[in-house]
Amino acid sequence: MSDLRLKVSSNPHVRSSVTTSQIMAAVVIALLPAAGFGIYNFGIWALIHILICVATTVLTELLYELMLKKPITIGDMSAVVTGLLLALNLPASAPWWIGIIGGVFAILIVKMLFGGIGQNFMNPALGARCFLILSFTRIMTDFPDIGDGLSGATPLGQIKAGLPVNIMNMIIGRTSGTIGETSMIAIVIGACFLILLGVIDLRIPGSYIVSFVLFIIIFSGHGFDGAYISAQLAGGGLMLGAFFMATDYTTRPITKIGQYLFGIFLGIMTGIFRIFGPSAEGVSYAIILGNLIVPLIEKITYPKAFGRGGERI
Amino acid sequence: MSEIKDRLVNGIVKENPTFVLALGMCPTLAVTTSAVNGLGMGLTTMVVLALSNAIISALRKVIPDRVRIPAFIVVIASFVTIMQFILQGFIPSLYAALGIYIPLIVVNCIILGRAESYASKSPVIPSLFDGIGMGLGFTAALTIIGGVRELLGAGEVFGIRVMPASFEPIRIFIMAPGAFFVLAMLTAGQNKLKAVLSARGRDVSKIGSGCSSDVDCANCAENASCAHKFIDTDAVPGESLEEGAKRREAEDKEGE
Repeated sequence: MSDLRLKVSSNPHVRSSVTTSQIMAAVVIALLPAAGFGIYNFGIWALIHILICVATTVLTELLYELMLKKPITIGDMSAVVTGLLLALNLPASAPWWIGIIGGVFAILIVKMLFGGIGQNFMNPALGARCFLILSFTRIMTDFPDIGDGLSGATPLGQIKAGLPVNIMNMIIGRTSGTIGETSMIAIVIGACFLILLGVIDLRIPGSYIVSFVLFIIIFSGHGFDGAYISAQLAGGGLMLGAFFMATDYTTRPITKIGQYLFGIFLGIMTGIFRIFGPSAEGVSYAIILGNLIVPLIEKITYPKAFGRGGERI
Repeated sequence: MSEIKDRLVNGIVKENPTFVLALGMCPTLAVTTSAVNGLGMGLTTMVVLALSNAIISALRKVIPDRVRIPAFIVVIASFVTIMQFILQGFIPSLYAALGIYIPLIVVNCIILGRAESYASKSPVIPSLFDGIGMGLGFTAALTIIGGVRELLGAGEVFGIRVMPASFEPIRIFIMAPGAFFVLAMLTAGQNKLKAVLSARGRDVSKIGSGCSSDVDCANCAENASCAHKFIDTDAVPGESLEEGAKRREAEDKEGE
């Protein structure tokens, strides 16, 4: 037996004709409505940020692989998705170099140093966003006025301060915020496209959103207030995070039950950050914290091998 | 003289406590928010390290083997207390900046590690210089880490503005995560440097921490006579750690 050298490669073992680049291209297409609305909402600077971020992430990956003489993997489009997601998480009023620092951090530190695609322990775009928020707090929380007379205040900030918000504007996206997070409709259109293609499913976003709603009903002090709940749902990065970042293949649990647990954890953490935390927003921190506990979730939801663990007769 | 030079080079370059041995990580990560803090912490540790090494070496034939750790701690704690009073009296600003990390030098594993692995079996003069070398290595590492963090996180080095006014400080570098980033990058950098140097034929290998075995105590030629075995004290000479663990497990079962 000991001479038998059976080698088990890393999962997944089931093969299909779908390639990484096709999945990533689908994600890019699904993000286009949100990106397009961001450009419409915030003007030319939103487009410049998107271009800078995507160029930086792709170039960083290419240069790293050239320098270390590794196989070139930029064809799989995952760097484009990272760059696009990062740009959608920036305020349009940020200076141009923000995207470069964030893009290099996302690809070099979070992704490539841990082994490249499929090996990163944390969503690269969110890792970079949190790096930028901690480093340049003023820039990253200074949102542009979009001409509604509410200079720079995000809807979530207004809710936190006890001010009224226009929920219709929040759902359409005519509010201030990061480039890609404002329009709930545009994000949901993209998410529906991905769900129809089978790229993502509703397990993580569904359990995330439901547990978040339950949490704020219980703990926000507003009780079952429809306007407050829909404002919390449409505001901030919840939709973008739930559909596009929590569902990242690398950093989510593999098993179905694990994905439900992951979603519930994210919902609770987001609720805690938004309601009890000092800042109005909490989706990014909730998701990267969730990414970190994924190995533990995998451990407790690891399926038993056939024939193991049953009752002895 | 060559012994002294060896100890200094070993401490600063070959076995740099921070970048090579990865010892004393708690002060390394906690106090290096600026170059001055790093320098102050490093020099304080160096004084304690050199003096306690010398005293422990001088007492090495007096201290019974069984109570050597408490004896070392008493010596180290005495010097730390002296240093604490000196800092409090003469450099109160540094004393305030380093705070709890000054008394914590007592449990700094570099100091206990050098006492255990070198000073307690070597003569006084080499032990003193081993302490100075290690202390200088620690000081250099902390100052560099502090300098890089201060440069990126505040745009200054030793409190002097070096970055242009338009430079936006990357605040994360003077927070806790920044310490990990900088430490990891600098460690990677010095590994690369050593790889390049050894490719050019320079000797950068470790010379051993006063112990002739590079592997584990069980496989050490001096196993029988050595009084400083941390692990596997009842190992059969020649067996590896895994074999020893298996053997003991089997023996335990037999015992039942």
